[in-house]
Amino acid sequence: MPSRVEFREDRCKGCLLCTEVCPTGIIQQSNRFNQKGYKVAEVTAEMMTECKGCAFCAMICPDYAINVFKTESAKGGAA
Amino acid sequence: MNQEIRVTNYPEVLTDRASHYCPGCHHGIAHRLVAEAITELGLVDKTILIGSIGCSVFIYNYLSLDAIESPHGRAPAVATGVKRARPDKIVFSYQGDGDLASIGMAEIMHCANRGENITTIFVNNTVYGMTGGQMAPTTLVGQKTTTCPGGRCRENEGMPIRMTEIIASLGGVAFAERVAVNNIKNIKKAQKAVTKAFECQTKEIGFSFVEVLATCPTNWRMTPIQANKRIETEMIPYFPLGNFKDVLAKEEK
Repeated sequence: MPSRVEFREDRCKGCLLCTEVCPTGIIQQSNRFNQKGYKVAEVTAEMMTECKGCAFCAMICPDYAINVFKTESAKGGAA
Repeated sequence: MNQEIRVTNYPEVLTDRASHYCPGCHHGIAHRLVAEAITELGLVDKTILIGSIGCSVFIYNYLSLDAIESPHGRAPAVATGVKRARPDKIVFSYQGDGDLASIGMAEIMHCANRGENITTIFVNNTVYGMTGGQMAPTTLVGQKTTTCPGGRCRENEGMPIRMTEIIASLGGVAFAERVAVNNIKNIKKAQKAVTKAFECQTKEIGFSFVEVLATCPTNWRMTPIQANKRIETEMIPYFPLGNFKDVLAKEEK
């Protein structure tokens, strides 16, 4: 798994701005509600393999609810 | 061996607490831009924040800086006092359009004209957000608000005020730029503009001003995504993005 995103579901307000900027379009609205009653954004496990780790979603998130992780192989370049 | 690295590094000055802003509100992005700029320039320990009245009134909860809350519209006047008393500090005000362009028009004009060495971040969402969506001086023609339910009309209320152009025309201003945060390209430009504005202050060359076009999905009666699109389709055509004054760039040439 080269990259992954992590949503802080307690912070997500379900505005879905992240879905608009994701270049691969893998972010979607889930069917789950968080404690405040917002339908949170998610990336399903199958879709996560397509994540490039560009962090655009984190850049536009007004609530700092997204963390992006990238894995690079020892030789450089994405694994 | 593969090592996982974290791409997102939120600056420490942003406090780790949920904001009171509505879903999709651009205030959160604007807060982060300010936090990143002062962190990048290493100014965190000597920055004083002047809060204003509006939705951003609680900004002192989200940025762990020394802060003063000013009366409605008077943030530039308070900032002037703070800067003159403590010229070694970095002082900035963070204001909305109802605050800066309406009740605070006199303060911002004279502060800019005197060339006070402060920075103002002006978040323009074309509406009074906190008080329930009344018409602001920046409300676009045709836009419906609670105080102009038929839409703002030019004959009665005049045209929306373009603040950055007015500020840029004043003598004491070193930097004036209008930015948006509706997509990644614009966010990156906005980041540079905010950083430059603070840089101008560190070089003590005059007043620096950044206008951020922002959404107010709640008072525009739109979904966050629709509101984000409105920035592109309606706001940017009337409020053109770009730099209107940059004394620093001129000096470099």
